Amino acid sequence: MAINWFKYSSPASFYSLAGKMTPLFSITAFALFVAGLYIGFFVAPTDFQQSEAYRIIFIHVPAAWMSMFLYLIMASWAAIGLAFNTRLSSMIATAIAPTGAMFTFLALWTGALWGKPMWGTWWVWDARLTSELILLFLYIGFMALQAAIDDPRRADKAGAVIALVGVVNIPIIYFSVKWWNTLHQGATVSLTQSPKMAATMLTSMLIMGLACWMYSIAVVLMRTRTIILERERHTMWVSELQGTA
Amino acid sequence: MFLWVIQRDLLLAMRQRADVLTTLFFFIIVVSLFPLGVGPEMNMLRIMAPGVVWVAALLSSMLSLERMFFSDYLDGTLEQMLLSPQPLSLLVLGKALAHWLVTGLPLVLIAPVLGIQFNLPMDSLLVLTASLLLGTPVLSLIGAIGAALTLGLRGGGVLVSLLVLPLYIPVLIFGTGAVEASSVGLGASTHLSLLGALLLASLVLTPWAAAAALRISME
Repeated sequence: MAINWFKYSSPASFYSLAGKMTPLFSITAFALFVAGLYIGFFVAPTDFQQSEAYRIIFIHVPAAWMSMFLYLIMASWAAIGLAFNTRLSSMIATAIAPTGAMFTFLALWTGALWGKPMWGTWWVWDARLTSELILLFLYIGFMALQAAIDDPRRADKAGAVIALVGVVNIPIIYFSVKWWNTLHQGATVSLTQSPKMAATMLTSMLIMGLACWMYSIAVVLMRTRTIILERERHTMWVSELQGTA
Repeated sequence: MFLWVIQRDLLLAMRQRADVLTTLFFFIIVVSLFPLGVGPEMNMLRIMAPGVVWVAALLSSMLSLERMFFSDYLDGTLEQMLLSPQPLSLLVLGKALAHWLVTGLPLVLIAPVLGIQFNLPMDSLLVLTASLLLGTPVLSLIGAIGAALTLGLRGGGVLVSLLVLPLYIPVLIFGTGAVEASSVGLGASTHLSLLGALLLASLVLTPWAAAAALRISME
């Protein structure tokens, strides 16, 4: 039996599907967060060099992963919306942006908290830090552009263009920043040359990563539902929904 | 058609010479503010000079972006251009190049003079000018996307800076990197080649993206 996937590209049917899926992802996210934090704080051993401060990686690394993944996912949904003129894809892209920006900020913030005891400074103009900061600017630019345009369809398309231009630029920015930094001074601190991790640390980090995924999906679904309701407020099915609720 | 767009924009700019001069003086003033801000220590100024000149060039190129499409948008010329059988990306390329001739090229020409104020040696002056010559067209081309997207929006001027400045970062890094590399004796050719690559890539890609953005904005 073939499933008609396009059924869910209609905002009305996606609305009810998202409504059913949101609690599922929320509960999974919560359970994984609890498990990940438990292993991270009580099972994983203390690092002999960094003592307890290293434990911030359990949120820092997943947040950094999510910040980059979410930008790619946002840009691909925006591209689908631009290419096929599907309303729902653009709504999802719009819904992803704040979560992505939040994770980017979280990665920078927790990085600063870790940097102070470890490197002795809140901020270094290291290649990774700088490119993460630029990623935050790109998210903010995307959101600001969409917020400035009143017509939602135009906002979707304009946002898609800037998201795609950003995707093309991310590798360029990343490498330029990397070369810029390494040309003058040898990297005093490198995040890539981390010591071999204990297995429990890795498990905890991966579980936290999964938890962040589940959290993002849940939040994006919820936000998409809100956007759908806002944009479709004049349609029949929304007023019927209000009648039954 | 392509040449016609450039010719027309240049003619319009010549009729309103004040606009061109404003951008140029903005550039000069911003560069002159730095010695006042950080003190007249010549050694420090010499190290800072490429960064200061480049950041000022970024800002003055960005401030004049709004003009690229706005007056044509107001009097309906842009609509006619969209309707014309010529490819829109070619017209956008023409407008971006005209923008560079009006705002970018004067900066390139005045930059060596400002470099002398910062006590830059002769080699560095040459490299700085070369890097600006390669880099400022990229700024106009990338800026065309931002200008097209924010066409007719409220608060467009501030918004365009938010969109465009992060995308300018590679140009800034390679531009200042070229001068610094040549002053420590590494040779600027790597950075200049990368700037040239950026210029070629943006010549091909940005008119296309800016044309798409224009169509969205004019719907």
